[in-house]
Amino acid sequence: MWALKDKYAIVGTGYTDYSKNSGTTVLNLATEACLNAANDAGLPPEEIDGLVSFQFNDSVPATSVAAAMGIPAARYAVDIAGGGNAANLVILSAIAAIEAGLAKHVLCYRAMNGRSGFRLGGGRAMQAHGITQFTAPFGWITYPQAMAMWCRRHMIKYGTTTDQLGAIAVTFRDNAVLNPRAMQRQPITLDDYRAARPIVDPFRMLDICLESDGACAVLVTSAARAKDLRHKPVYVMGGAYGGGANQGDDLFDCLRWADHSENYAAYIADDLWAGAGVGPEDVDVAEIYDCFTYSVVAQLEGLGFCRPGEGPDFVQGGRIARDGALPLNTHGGLLSEAYIHGLNHVVEAVDQLRGDAGARQIPEAEIALTTAGAMTCGSALVLRR
Amino acid sequence: MYNKPLPVPDADTKPFWNGCREGRLLVQCCTACGARRLPPERFCPHCHSADSTWQPVSGRGRIYSWIVVRHPVPDDVYGGDVPYVVALIDLAEGVRIASNLVACDVDAVTADMLVEVVFEAVTETVTLPKFRPV
Ligand SMILES: [Zn+2]
Repeated sequence: MWALKDKYAIVGTGYTDYSKNSGTTVLNLATEACLNAANDAGLPPEEIDGLVSFQFNDSVPATSVAAAMGIPAARYAVDIAGGGNAANLVILSAIAAIEAGLAKHVLCYRAMNGRSGFRLGGGRAMQAHGITQFTAPFGWITYPQAMAMWCRRHMIKYGTTTDQLGAIAVTFRDNAVLNPRAMQRQPITLDDYRAARPIVDPFRMLDICLESDGACAVLVTSAARAKDLRHKPVYVMGGAYGGGANQGDDLFDCLRWADHSENYAAYIADDLWAGAGVGPEDVDVAEIYDCFTYSVVAQLEGLGFCRPGEGPDFVQGGRIARDGALPLNTHGGLLSEAYIHGLNHVVEAVDQLRGDAGARQIPEAEIALTTAGAMTCGSALVLRR
Repeated sequence: MYNKPLPVPDADTKPFWNGCREGRLLVQCCTACGARRLPPERFCPHCHSADSTWQPVSGRGRIYSWIVVRHPVPDDVYGGDVPYVVALIDLAEGVRIASNLVACDVDAVTADMLVEVVFEAVTETVTLPKFRPV
């Protein structure tokens, strides 16, 4: 279990424009976001000695970003093979490295031309090797098609409806309207949601996240070092990474997963809350990994905000709106801000805890939750100001 | 010409695909502890034995979950197939398999629907196991 409560902090965030076509390279996006994060912290880039990223062969190695930033001695440059599951793991990895003495100031970044370049949702090779022998030949190929299967199982078990999921899409869009970074800033209604194009039942277009070009980065260092930097530190109270048995041969694979009505969140909740020393009731704002509307439901249930099966009701009636009991995805999330693979959720949590979130600020937000992942494995952080 | 993804059998999966070509649905079975497993893997996840046999199963099962693909990806491959159903099917013998549900209205699928295997030879060398309502 996590044993470093409040000993590490996020001291800087940086990002590029989020767009459908960046017109530049992934290396340039990564470097811009990383330099912005260092500048935000007031730390000369020369003092950065670690970089951690995650990717699917759609980004650039940490060593190349270190070189592009002019870092003289990168001591911990690590690339994690992963998807959204890793978006909080990069921060845990940075902390572990600093704790081990391998680095002092570590940048965590995610950079991608996810719309104009390599599209994650765009399908796969026509030759099905390994575990994909048992999925792709049946036309089960894309991530929306993967997650729809999990969602349907929740519907079968608990009677979940698409209208209930619609509340998530509408609420997150309402938040994005107030977010200058967001790619989708036109409000939508439940009727718009119902009228959206069916993609893969039970999902319509508005259940599915954006595809984005862009990068973001956060800078992690020790709490002691954080005190000397520009902003009030955002402390990492707790963190966890993992999932249940049979996490799959790749991120798509869920063939051996026992119960698709629950996901990784149910398996990391105990460690997460125990390590942080707080519980779901203490969270003021949560940025939940929302590759799909339904993903939010499974994580709220798994992390104990409500019981299994209660998530669809939990998100109704304004509870997850900015003035509700548990404001969610105040930036608009992957559904409406941008798909920077979940690291943009950490950037938003830091904005909220610093009181820098402008028109979408949750008053007096002290404790924030971020999560990353939607299927068999994932990560989460509890942060405080 | 068939232009969809084709399985590339490997050391662990070759018996499964050979069985399909012969019109038999085979499941791997641990020699040491008897546990059945699919998809195939070298070592038994329960007892770690590397010894296994392949046993024919009934080909009957129930729909555990399903999706209806309406937007084809890629369009030039699946454009003519939508809407189509992909289902996770719990076979009577206790293993789960992903496949297509065929000979069934896509809007008529229900949880726990009883289905049975049918074999579809898609190329000269590859036969896929698909399922239809019983
Ligand atoms: Zn065994």
